[in-house]
Amino acid sequence: MGALFIRDIRLGLRAGGGMLIGILFFLTIIAVIPFGVGPDLKLLARIGPAMLWIGALLATLLGLDRLFQVDRDDGSLDLLIMGEERHMLALTVLIKCLAHWTASVLPLVVASPLLGLFMNMEPQAIGATTLTMLVGTPAITLIGAVGAAVAVSLPRGGLLVSVIILPLTIPVLIFGVSASYGAIEDPAPFLAPFLILAAITLFFAVLGPFAAAAALKSSTD
Amino acid sequence: MSDAVSKTGRWIDLANPTRFLNLASVILPWLGGLTILVLGIGLWMSIQAPDDYQQGATVKIMFIHVPFAWLSMMCYTIMTIAALGTLVWRHPLADVSAKAAAPIGAVFTALALITGSLWGKPMWGTWWVWDARLTSVFVLFLMYLGIIAFTRAMDDPAKSAKATAILTLVGFINIPIIKFSVDWWNTLHQPASVLRMGGSTIDPSLLWPLLVMAIGFTLLFFTLHIMAMRNEIWRRRVIAMRRVAARGAERRTVQ
Repeated sequence: MGALFIRDIRLGLRAGGGMLIGILFFLTIIAVIPFGVGPDLKLLARIGPAMLWIGALLATLLGLDRLFQVDRDDGSLDLLIMGEERHMLALTVLIKCLAHWTASVLPLVVASPLLGLFMNMEPQAIGATTLTMLVGTPAITLIGAVGAAVAVSLPRGGLLVSVIILPLTIPVLIFGVSASYGAIEDPAPFLAPFLILAAITLFFAVLGPFAAAAALKSSTD
Repeated sequence: MSDAVSKTGRWIDLANPTRFLNLASVILPWLGGLTILVLGIGLWMSIQAPDDYQQGATVKIMFIHVPFAWLSMMCYTIMTIAALGTLVWRHPLADVSAKAAAPIGAVFTALALITGSLWGKPMWGTWWVWDARLTSVFVLFLMYLGIIAFTRAMDDPAKSAKATAILTLVGFINIPIIKFSVDWWNTLHQPASVLRMGGSTIDPSLLWPLLVMAIGFTLLFFTLHIMAMRNEIWRRRVIAMRRVAARGAERRTVQ
């Protein structure tokens, strides 16, 4: 399992992996927003956490279709499925998700404070948004694993994965953004949505791998 | 014990598409007739129903809006049961049922959203608010569309069946969220008032037409669902026959 984790991270970090493209995409989304809503710094500061979250969500979805596609193309996915009696397939999927998250989503979380500065956000808001993204983005990857596994046998499933997964990720977005706003606006609570966000992540850490494993098993022929 | 055996026996009988088609051809005229009858009575009762003392005549939108909303959730629940049927019991008609139900459910959800919006304009003063109930139903609509797009994207029905089933099961999380969204969050949408502990809060003069309309639309749903399943079975048969014919034609040209 450790070996699989390191292998996946290496593949992700190598040239041609999705990491750099993901960050660039995130950066472009955030850079486009001031052009769209105008360079009003107060307005940018107010919508900042929400925009960072939406950007991170879209950038995460961008790389999801490669989660199993590459392994299917070179045949190693079949080996992973065949090795099920030694390592539970759901566990393998979980490890792959964690590796994918570390290689291509964690950089987004790390980059978000810098982009928060671009949006003229308060230091506290930046901290809260980064923290909620650190806790919430694994849920997006884990939900996305189901979509990626289901669409793995499709030749061009990339866009379809995003379309099916996006409705399911809305709760993550809602609680992530409301926790970020809870940290800066006084009456709104921070802890309650934050804990719900953590609960969503843990919930999908169980459900996602099992559903994805079932989908992968049925996709082999 | 013997009852359980005979029950599973009946379900297995239905697994034979030909038997299902026979049954469908027997049931459909009756079900269709009953649907028209109940919907007719329901419409008449709705027209006869008195106006609400606050909402006036617009309360009559409720007689179609509420059944549509119920059915949109019921249809997804049926699809979830069908998904379980595909994955657990490998019932051959389960994926036909799920595939046939998805477009009907999407239409009912869309109608619920549209009628709700028409009702919201005079009552709330706006076509749409991003309220918990409305948002979660909108998410349900998007999920229906995603599932429909997904079933259409794969050629092989056997393969798409399992993938769609898993997707449907994961999406079922949304149904309790819709049901309890009005209790969990303070929303503009009113809380549950028909089925609740301590009796309904709706006056009987409005409740009875609503229930009749709900039964009528449920019957309509089952009629449409069985018809769509029949069409799907026929479509698969036609595809299979075409393949056989194509193979036969190939052989003839070779000889």
